[in-house]
Amino acid sequence: MQTALSIALDAFAYGMALFIICIGLSLTMGLMRLVNLAHGAFAMIGGYIASYAVRNLGLGYGFGIVLAVVGTVLIAVPLERLLFRRIYDRSELSQVLMTIGITFCVIGITNYFFGPTLKTIPLPTELAQPIDLGFRSIAGHRLFVIASGLVVAGGLWFLIERTGFGIHLRAAVENAPMSRALGVRTELIYAASFALAIGLAAFGGVVGAEFLPIEPYYALRYMVTFLVVVSVGGAGSIPGALVACLLLGAIDVTGRYLMPDFGNFFFYLAVILVVCAFPRGLMGRAQ
Amino acid sequence: MVQAPAPSAAATPARSLGRDLAGFALIALAGLAGYWLFPDNLAFLTRVISVALLVLSLDLIVGYCGIASLGQAALYGAGAYAAGIACLNGVTEPFLLILIGAAAGAVTGLLMGTVMLRAHGLPQLVLSIAIVQLLHEAANKLAWLTGGSDGLAGMVPAPLFGLFEFDLWGRAAYLFGLGLLLVVFVALKLIVRSPFGMVCRGLKEDPLRISALGISAFPVLLRMFVISGAVAGAGGALGAIATQVVGLDSLSFELSANALVMLVLGGLGNLYGALIGTVVFMAVEHIVAAINPFHWMTLVGALLIAIVLFAPRGLSGTLDEAARILTRGQRRAGP
Repeated sequence: MQTALSIALDAFAYGMALFIICIGLSLTMGLMRLVNLAHGAFAMIGGYIASYAVRNLGLGYGFGIVLAVVGTVLIAVPLERLLFRRIYDRSELSQVLMTIGITFCVIGITNYFFGPTLKTIPLPTELAQPIDLGFRSIAGHRLFVIASGLVVAGGLWFLIERTGFGIHLRAAVENAPMSRALGVRTELIYAASFALAIGLAAFGGVVGAEFLPIEPYYALRYMVTFLVVVSVGGAGSIPGALVACLLLGAIDVTGRYLMPDFGNFFFYLAVILVVCAFPRGLMGRAQ
Repeated sequence: MVQAPAPSAAATPARSLGRDLAGFALIALAGLAGYWLFPDNLAFLTRVISVALLVLSLDLIVGYCGIASLGQAALYGAGAYAAGIACLNGVTEPFLLILIGAAAGAVTGLLMGTVMLRAHGLPQLVLSIAIVQLLHEAANKLAWLTGGSDGLAGMVPAPLFGLFEFDLWGRAAYLFGLGLLLVVFVALKLIVRSPFGMVCRGLKEDPLRISALGISAFPVLLRMFVISGAVAGAGGALGAIATQVVGLDSLSFELSANALVMLVLGGLGNLYGALIGTVVFMAVEHIVAAINPFHWMTLVGALLIAIVLFAPRGLSGTLDEAARILTRGQRRAGP
């Protein structure tokens, strides 16, 4: 019972960390129709910045997170203007190739500057201690990740379904020429939602570093995981991404606890079964 | 994104036959030139041929059927492991080993096609990745059969025709591989020219119209998956025979992604591009990655971005374009 509970809590926190990173990718893929395999690369940049800020500059953890998000977005916006904007309406294969290329460049360049070692982001004492929940104690960091995930999910839902920006975004996705004719500045909307997605990736990269350690090949190692999670959930759907992250996170963590030498076998088996049964993802929109 | 070069109306059957023969001769000459020029690097060149077969098989799927796949190494690895296991169990005749590899690849292609063709677009891409990762984990787990993370080693294929040993210098392996590549290439040229190949191309360009002609897509595409699997499997078997080792890397996502990069670098949908891309990519990797692997990644990344932006038809398409502009210039300059 104790083991089952601790597996469940670990799986839940891991799923939430995955969710924070993947939801940005789900939005770019579902709403902007961009297969951005470089999403993990931006999470990695966020992790590197936070690690540098906390370890080398001695700043606080919260400050490190803010710096990571802002810094990554500042790097990503010029890239959006120069590179991504040219492939929004190109085929999936072009998008895959270009974003793999960007990932390779990010890996090569960050390792040139920061060296090929594992980057840790030291936790503040409040998060490193276990917190007593009454029936069980849980690492403070896990609780922080879970709370962040819930806030991100709620905030995004509100932003897309309930605000003017969300209406403009959905209109631009539905029919870009028509929205332009009605005075929606689609390029601005796309740039803003791209920046939002990248900011979430950086945030997820930092808070999820306990589960997905920041290392030289981070962007490549987890590229497949992120892509798989999004396509299982159905691109563009927030509840879909949440369900997929929790489901696959649970399968992954349980498999690792109970049958460690099978590695990711069950994870990919589940992926094949789900995609065969739901070719558009668990809650994908009809194309 | 990549438009297959439209068959020009002027190309009569006789002229295209001449062009094909010239192409085959050029490949054979380039291969023999490699043999004379780099006698110390034959092991590497054999590996290039083995990977070239993988990239050719990927061209059948991506370039001719328009199905993006990031899991092609599943077929290559299946061939490599089948040949390796057969060789360790006493089947040492090299031609038979290639056939075993091709058969294993074809069976894997049948399974992979059956699964992948259920979905379209992004989920299809994800399925291809999931399949190669699943097989990778399975090969890692089934250590009694595959050697696990140590891989298979110690295979000793019988001499070629009973005469030529597969020795340390790899002369026999290289010439054997070159012959295999030529045979496969000619066969594939015939296949993609056949009505069956045309239907595949049609399904890539306009699936709706093909189905309006009364052709159902699934069996056609599945057949192409089987052919592609056989080619990739033969490539894997060649790699197993030549290096006498089969490792988990032959069944990896990395190899699949690299194969796609090589294909796009060379150009999709004309088979020559697959060869050019493989040779250029692996030659540059051989030199640059030895200096610093991270420089190599940056270089490949920049190259990919440049191809998507400036040369969507790859090296072969760009060469073709350049040749066309040049000949047009000549014609204008002439009478």
